[in-house]
Amino acid sequence: MGLVACTRCSRVWEAGTQTCGRCGHHLESRDTHSLQRVWAWWIVGLMCYIPANLYPMLTTRMLVQTSEATIVEGAIELAHHGSYGIAFVVLFASVAIPVGKFGVIAVLALSVRQGSRISQLRRHQLYEVVEYIGRWSMIDVFVVAILSSLVQLGSLAAVTPGRASLFFALSVIFTMFSAQSFDSRMIWDSDTGETDPVETKDHKELTA
Amino acid sequence: MHNLEDLIACPECDAVYHVEEPRVGERAVCGRCHTVLIAPRKRAGKQIIALALAVVVLIVAATVFPFLSISAAGVGRRTSVLDAALAFSDSGLLVLLTLTVAALIIFFPVLRALLVIYVLAPVVVDRRPFPGAIRAFRVSEALRPWSMAEIFAIGCAVALVKVTDLAEVHFGPAFWMFSALVVLLMAQDGFMCRYSVWKSLEK
Repeated sequence: MGLVACTRCSRVWEAGTQTCGRCGHHLESRDTHSLQRVWAWWIVGLMCYIPANLYPMLTTRMLVQTSEATIVEGAIELAHHGSYGIAFVVLFASVAIPVGKFGVIAVLALSVRQGSRISQLRRHQLYEVVEYIGRWSMIDVFVVAILSSLVQLGSLAAVTPGRASLFFALSVIFTMFSAQSFDSRMIWDSDTGETDPVETKDHKELTA
Repeated sequence: MHNLEDLIACPECDAVYHVEEPRVGERAVCGRCHTVLIAPRKRAGKQIIALALAVVVLIVAATVFPFLSISAAGVGRRTSVLDAALAFSDSGLLVLLTLTVAALIIFFPVLRALLVIYVLAPVVVDRRPFPGAIRAFRVSEALRPWSMAEIFAIGCAVALVKVTDLAEVHFGPAFWMFSALVVLLMAQDGFMCRYSVWKSLEK
């Protein structure tokens, strides 16, 4: 069909156009460096995620007693206090989401090259979920921020942020970059349902 | 060759369609990947501007007023959103984190709301867009995943539970402002039809 589409404002241009005349976005039929950037951010994100789980997230001092807790220990402590719901939220946001995210991005990136048994629509949905849910991992960093500014009761009790909070925040940010670098149009490039997808696509009408 | 202006490409999967503007309240959805392409709403522009103004007022107010206060054995402490953002500033290495948190929960949401107002205000009164409106909307769209005020609000709930067995917790005015903010931010995203905005900026 000889067209190139803008991924930001969805305007269509003649192939070879460099920048979108409507929104000024750089036009590229496919982002050729997409996978490289996905993997680069992915690896950095994973490297930050490891110390994020090993170092303490919070240091709590009550009177003379000082205790340090990593992310998982903090959640277990919450569960001991009977707050199972909140413990679940913390575990979900800071363990299940990041780990799931690493897995899903890896599967998506690998499937572009090697194909996959998962249907294209399903993979696309996975991608959207990862993009939407990734930012929610920041919740644990915010909890640490609130606690350490609120609980400053002199000699009575004090909460200070641990080193893991920095690594965790970085890990979330890097994996968000990784997900954003993924060019989701690549999922659909292996669309084999039609003999010439470009031609038939042209005649599809918009479903309202 | 078709007139290129009448075509729309799904930004997610690159399927190309002829534009048939849906009526107000209807949505045009990509038949291949189910991404919502066009979703016009009645008076959406004014609603979004109203919401954006409310967001700015709420964030500024929530930043200044005390947010939560606790007391235990006669010792009290109150904190504002700004204090929470600056919580990491004491420990040298974590200064970076302070800036990040402040940006995510205060600066980015406010900037985004202001940019949206700047872009849409002339459009709703049928004037020419302000100079730089296109660039402003681009920045606003780029900031979308990074404005995390609503996530911060949920974080408060978690923090509260952690504190309750340590001390007595009281809600400040800013706490309720932030709760309202969460609802507004979600509504703002739901109302905005990006296709319509880009189209109106093109004219």
